[in-house]
Amino acid sequence: MKASVNTLALHRKRRFDVWDVLIHLTLILASLVCLLPFLHVVAKSLSDDAFVIANKVFLWPEGFTLEAYSKIFADASILRSLYVSVVVTVLFTVLGMIITICAAYPLSRKQLKGRTTLTFLFMFTLYFTGGIIPEYMLISNLGMLDTWSALILPPAFSAFNLLIMKTAISSSIPVSLEESARIDGAGHFRILWSIVLPLSKPILATLSLFYAVGRWNAYQDALFYIKQRVDLRPLQLKLYYLVIQASESFQLEATQVSLSNPEVLKASCVVFATLPILCVYPFIQKYFVQGVMLGAVKE
Amino acid sequence: MKVESASKTKSKLRVDPPLGRGATFHFRRDWELYLLLLIPLSFVLVFKYAPMSGLVLAFKDYKIARGFWGSEWVGFEVFAEIFAKHDFGRAVRNTLLLNSLDLVFSFTIPVLLAILLNEIKNVKFKRVNQTLLYLPHFLSWIIIGAIAYQLLSESNGVINNLIAMLGGTRVPFLQEDTNWLISYLAIGIWQSMGWGTIIYLASMSGINPELYEAATVDGAGRWRKVWNVTLPSIRPTIVTLLIMNLGRVMEGSFERIFALQNKATTEFTTTIPVLVYRWGIESGNFSRATALGLFQSVIGLMLVLLADRVAKKLGEDGLL
Repeated sequence: MKASVNTLALHRKRRFDVWDVLIHLTLILASLVCLLPFLHVVAKSLSDDAFVIANKVFLWPEGFTLEAYSKIFADASILRSLYVSVVVTVLFTVLGMIITICAAYPLSRKQLKGRTTLTFLFMFTLYFTGGIIPEYMLISNLGMLDTWSALILPPAFSAFNLLIMKTAISSSIPVSLEESARIDGAGHFRILWSIVLPLSKPILATLSLFYAVGRWNAYQDALFYIKQRVDLRPLQLKLYYLVIQASESFQLEATQVSLSNPEVLKASCVVFATLPILCVYPFIQKYFVQGVMLGAVKE
Repeated sequence: MKVESASKTKSKLRVDPPLGRGATFHFRRDWELYLLLLIPLSFVLVFKYAPMSGLVLAFKDYKIARGFWGSEWVGFEVFAEIFAKHDFGRAVRNTLLLNSLDLVFSFTIPVLLAILLNEIKNVKFKRVNQTLLYLPHFLSWIIIGAIAYQLLSESNGVINNLIAMLGGTRVPFLQEDTNWLISYLAIGIWQSMGWGTIIYLASMSGINPELYEAATVDGAGRWRKVWNVTLPSIRPTIVTLLIMNLGRVMEGSFERIFALQNKATTEFTTTIPVLVYRWGIESGNFSRATALGLFQSVIGLMLVLLADRVAKKLGEDGLL
């Protein structure tokens, strides 16, 4: 194997290949396309209003200032939204993992009676749902509109994550290990707690991240279910009203009657809301890639 | 396993039952499993299956005053009513149009990108590129929408600034219908092109290197090998994903459209989920919106089942 790689490398070195250069250039270009928009927004967020109004900011801040960020940190409603997002994401992730584990372990046991029916019951929700309005009415009838639980409970079960977890458990934990534990007298709770969960740490990490990033980024349910209580708006929803719909002004902006260009503020809000993801991104990326591959593998 | 704990519980030794035992036996042996299942089961029943009963609204003339049960049954009248709506035809057309165009572009580009990435032998270069290419997938649609407006807005978007600097005229990328459609697609490609490569790269990494060596010995060049080794090897993956996506052609991302739409461009932004939102949650016409949602779910389910059939006929894995 190693020898063949070396000879390949030698072959490659011997001739200069114009395609090699083109392929590298194409990929660099594609990567820049992914990176530059964000760099531009960062540059804008650090620039002076005057330069932004004059359309003079490209990839480097002009008239460097942190004023926009100090405005964000002085805006109680944005910080409140950050707090809501963090709390909701943490609680949701814990709950989602509990539900997924409680479903995946029993359904991965071949001896379980009614396994096929139960699996179908769970998986059917991947392909057919009540839809937006019946779900909205349910939340409304349960009195959950404008509550924390509306953001945490309804989406906590994910058939997709269950499928991944189930596949991972049945493929990574040898039946013999479980059998020997049973002969030693261990019950299912014990097997789950001291054998299955410790052996599934990588997949637990992956699925927690699926839940957490998914919850952090989603805003559709918040848009539907959080109406009156402005203090329950997660960060993404807040951002929607502030930046995209621009129907809401920044608290500080409203008090000064200035007509300053909000573009810098919008840009800094985008950066502010993206930073949490960007900070963890390098570390979580590989877990996501693993998760995608597990999701593609069928039982 | 600790020895002492094992001996202590020896009296409770469990043995798998012989075949043909009754339900009580299974329950006694596996009661812990059923107990665990109660938690996810209750969530699924309450939050997934209970709303399905709400679908009867599509066959009723829902009046808030008369309530869910008191409202009058009207059969398929609500459907007849929505089928006659101008917005309905437009929403169906747009849903199919946006999804098919997505399929043409957002589906093919990851394949090409994966082939290019697979040609890279320098691990570090490859990893840096992958990290950057995957990045947009981790951003929410709100953030992507906000970035899009910063970049593409007509009066002060940076791309228009560049165009103006180079002496061109500003293009209303997001403020005119056809341009909006193109921007929508481009943003979709931007968001998903890197992420889409993962599955292809995984299946490429499983290709036996001897195939490439044999092809080299036979005098095949780079593209010959891509065409005759790489592509045939990932063909099952491509076919499965394509069929899966075809089955989803009636679905639609509410979040993506909602974050990118604006008042100036309504021609292509009215898709089924957006219309459901407008009719139901904004205007409070629950019966009509439920009927529209049900129409979409049923067609969507049929398409998925059909796609699954086709995949299995072609000898692929299928989805179900």
